[in-house]
Amino acid sequence: MEKTKKASDEKVSFFESKKGIIFTGAVVGIIAIILVALGNPKNMGFCIACFERDIAGALGLHRAEVVQYIRPEIIGLILGAFIAAYAGKEFQSKGGSSPITRFFLGIAVMIGALMFLGCPLRMMLRIGGGDLNAIIGLAGFAAGIGVGIVFLNKGFSLKRNYKTSSFDGYIMPIFAIGLLALLIAAPAFIFFSKEGPASQHAPIAISLLCGLIVGLLAQKTRLCMVGGMRDQIMFKQNYLLLGFVTIIVVTAIGNVALSNFKLGFEAQPVAHTDGLWNFLGMALVGWGSVLLGGCPLRQLILSGEGNSDSAVTVFGMIVGGALAHNFALASSAKGPTANGQTAVIICFVFLAVLSVANSDLIRKNI
Amino acid sequence: MRIDTCGTSCPQPVLMTKKALDSNPAADKIEVLTDNNTSKTNVKKYLSSNGFNVEIEEDDDTFVLRGTK
Repeated sequence: MEKTKKASDEKVSFFESKKGIIFTGAVVGIIAIILVALGNPKNMGFCIACFERDIAGALGLHRAEVVQYIRPEIIGLILGAFIAAYAGKEFQSKGGSSPITRFFLGIAVMIGALMFLGCPLRMMLRIGGGDLNAIIGLAGFAAGIGVGIVFLNKGFSLKRNYKTSSFDGYIMPIFAIGLLALLIAAPAFIFFSKEGPASQHAPIAISLLCGLIVGLLAQKTRLCMVGGMRDQIMFKQNYLLLGFVTIIVVTAIGNVALSNFKLGFEAQPVAHTDGLWNFLGMALVGWGSVLLGGCPLRQLILSGEGNSDSAVTVFGMIVGGALAHNFALASSAKGPTANGQTAVIICFVFLAVLSVANSDLIRKNI
Repeated sequence: MRIDTCGTSCPQPVLMTKKALDSNPAADKIEVLTDNNTSKTNVKKYLSSNGFNVEIEEDDDTFVLRGTK
């Protein structure tokens, strides 16, 4: 059965419009402020990297006692995306686009994010809180995206995906429900921090609801921190970038209103002041995310839509979070660690090899 | 000109469309196949911003975007 419709006659849906992405950015910013007001660490209403790392800790994959908690926001994001995709007939089980490469890219992105102390979304929230270290991070992020784009223009591709078994796409939403059950039942084998960042959290129901709302909106609008810059540079399309900018503006206004705005480099919440490594950490995140086709938030959303490549990436990030704490790679407020610096350099080499090997630079010569 | 982007995710479909148009600037007709909604929207936006009128045909899971000038 073929249905033909004229796009020119078709109204652009609210979520495809610039109003839609600005609305979504504003909601994400407001929710981030609310989550902090209700208990989340400062400038950490959302942090996909930190929260996945906390989940790794809660499951006992690492034993850093201050960062162990099953963050309901992550559960909500996956389930919100699943509900939105299912209701919008966009849910589809697919995968098979270089999954093991994506798994290791997930690890690399996590190592970069924990060098900086935040995913791209938290970087925006940190900027909105007045943390100037995050501006350095943003510069690194942009540089990393720029490098990734060079390889995209050289034909970089992880190759196509395929339809998988129709049940395959349900695994991630079921996993999210499993996590929720573990969070509520709180059996003795699940670790919950008594002090430190992971002990600071909004009530479960509110975190879950906030995650659901953002998951729904992010699925509808395709909100992506990496896509924002990438599309602007490559195609002069500013749709996603508007969401990105709105998040910063709204959180800045919210933080000023609640007297949480503190401009400067020193003594920023869950942050360090080593400019070089803030830059390099986010450069790694930017480059890795361009190769993956989306930021950590976007990977989580796609995993809820039935994309098993993104689900594999999410697990790569969770494993990366565990490795980062088991091997002392993650930075702290005191700054980066020597192990972390070595790991970031190794990841850059890995990305360079991967970028060249998967682009036309090599393929054409074979 | 017909470009099959099925299985690839953004930005690949838009990039493939852009490359096809760059290498053939006189083209006044183009057909792009994609199998995901995100790319459908993005390719549609890209073609529209390059002066094409776009019609979309939906066949099972595949979208055929027909751009004409």
